Amino acid sequence: MSAAPYTLPGRVVRFGEAVSLRIQLRGVVVGLILVAVVLALSVFAIGTGEFAIPPGTVVSTLLGGGDPGSAFIVRELRLPRVVCALLVGAALGVSGAVFQSLTRNPLGSPDIVGFPQGAAVGALIVITILSGSGAAITVGALAGGVLTAFSVYLLAFKRGGTSGFRIVLIGIAISYLLVSVIDYLLARARIEDAQEATRWLLGSLNGRTWEDVTPLAISLAVLVPLAIPAARALRALELGDDSAHALGLRVERSRLGLVALAVGLVSVTTVAVGPIGFIALTAPQIARRVARTAGLPLVSSALMGAALTLASDIAAQRLVPDRALPVGVMTGLFGGVYLAWLLTMEWRKGRG
Amino acid sequence: MSSSPLRAEAVTLAYDARVVAEGLSVDIPEGGFTAIVGPNACGKSTLLRALVRMLKPKAGSVLLDGVEISSLPTKQVARRLGLLPQTSIAPDGITVVDLVARGRHPYQRLLRQWSHDDERAVAEAMAQTHIEELSGRLVDELSGGQRQRVWIAMALAQETPLLLLDEPITFLDIAHQVEVLDLCAKLHVEGRTLVAVLHDLNHACRYATHLIAMRDGSVVAEGPPAEIVTAELVEAVFGLKCLVVPCPATGAPMVVPAASQQ
Repeated sequence: MSAAPYTLPGRVVRFGEAVSLRIQLRGVVVGLILVAVVLALSVFAIGTGEFAIPPGTVVSTLLGGGDPGSAFIVRELRLPRVVCALLVGAALGVSGAVFQSLTRNPLGSPDIVGFPQGAAVGALIVITILSGSGAAITVGALAGGVLTAFSVYLLAFKRGGTSGFRIVLIGIAISYLLVSVIDYLLARARIEDAQEATRWLLGSLNGRTWEDVTPLAISLAVLVPLAIPAARALRALELGDDSAHALGLRVERSRLGLVALAVGLVSVTTVAVGPIGFIALTAPQIARRVARTAGLPLVSSALMGAALTLASDIAAQRLVPDRALPVGVMTGLFGGVYLAWLLTMEWRKGRG
Repeated sequence: MSSSPLRAEAVTLAYDARVVAEGLSVDIPEGGFTAIVGPNACGKSTLLRALVRMLKPKAGSVLLDGVEISSLPTKQVARRLGLLPQTSIAPDGITVVDLVARGRHPYQRLLRQWSHDDERAVAEAMAQTHIEELSGRLVDELSGGQRQRVWIAMALAQETPLLLLDEPITFLDIAHQVEVLDLCAKLHVEGRTLVAVLHDLNHACRYATHLIAMRDGSVVAEGPPAEIVTAELVEAVFGLKCLVVPCPATGAPMVVPAASQQ
């Protein structure tokens, strides 16, 4: 086979005629670096705190060694929190990448289009009106989030041929509506309920145990493999609905499936830790800039989301001595700055 | 007229309640370069959308090689019928070769991401559109004419015997319009069946072998430009008083608006 008169970015690995894979070297390198960062952050997160454990001991304890005391702290107290942060971050990263690719807009993340606000309204109704707790709050949050996401979807995509702006604008409008509902519910709630609600609204990794991690891990094990065919559909949808159609994609069906996947991913994180803002917004954009891919890379977005969430949680725990903040405060702070920067850049490009 | 690879039979086209065309029938001649012309909102783009199965007719049928198009697997259709849409979106940071390579989507699978066929088809598509030297450039940085050639290359990489183009030159300056149409003419000569929605009647007369003139959702006339384009037809279709004279460069009919419309 003569060499092609052009260079395709990346390498092609072939096994006979049936199997051929395109591998982007930069993406692989970025992925490996992110894995290293995530591992280093994990060891740091596990090793520090009220009872410091040296990194070497952390690693050996994780691998099964260590004395019973540090084994308990590492494996039972701190590891679940770290694993929870990583899984939530990865899920939010993928979800954000899918949402933003679908809307073809870096603002089209679940945060902006009303999912967390919808989840909050659902949770608040359960807490303040129905006086529910625990699993009932979770169900309320889920119902609220999913209902909001699909209302936005239906309003924005009805008639087909939707620009990314439309979903973002409708999402923002619905978010505002929901925020006033949240305010209303908080204002009429009893003070204890309002306190509990506020704690939920901030999203926190405090006190996560393996019992919280297991359902999260199982749901992700089901959802994440779906991202593989999703990535293929996204590569076609990125070119516009008409082009995707011409390439033989069932546009409406694919889009519905992708929205369901993205909403599913956000939902399981909301169930596990409450709403954590801005990771879904920032991780894919940072990942794309670092990996220099065309379109948003799902794997790098997942790893970037994991790294950002864990880093935010470490900062939230350590920043104010003796007073662990909820991780949502940290991601909000960090995300707010990022959002301001993003909007400035978009505005300069004449798209904002 | 011999076999028609693509035809609409008595289709009613509508967006929800708004009916654009009723009982419209069109045959696309095999191996021809068909241009669909007509005033704004005459239904020409709507017809094209129906021909590429993007709009489902309310009544009647669209047949691809004699088979109802909506009954065919969409991936199979994508190997027979290519489309250059009016608007496409280049993802941020995509290079020319990467974009052209996306035309291979209907042939690829999860574990078959880049076969030798893909490699050859992309090379040929880039050679035909003369964009080899642009292959590593970012699509965002290209001029309008170059970008349109890249999108055409993507459609060519799809290797379909039929290629439909929706207003391929509307946003280009005159030099780039001619460049893109010359490319279309070459693709036609090399054996593809082309269908293009065109705004400029003179371009249509010059390049097309078969003209479909539409007004208010129905076909007013169809046939080779030299046989059907007359001052009467232009007035009937566009409501424009004009002269039709032979083009000094090609001899094709050329429409010159009359001196004053008042």
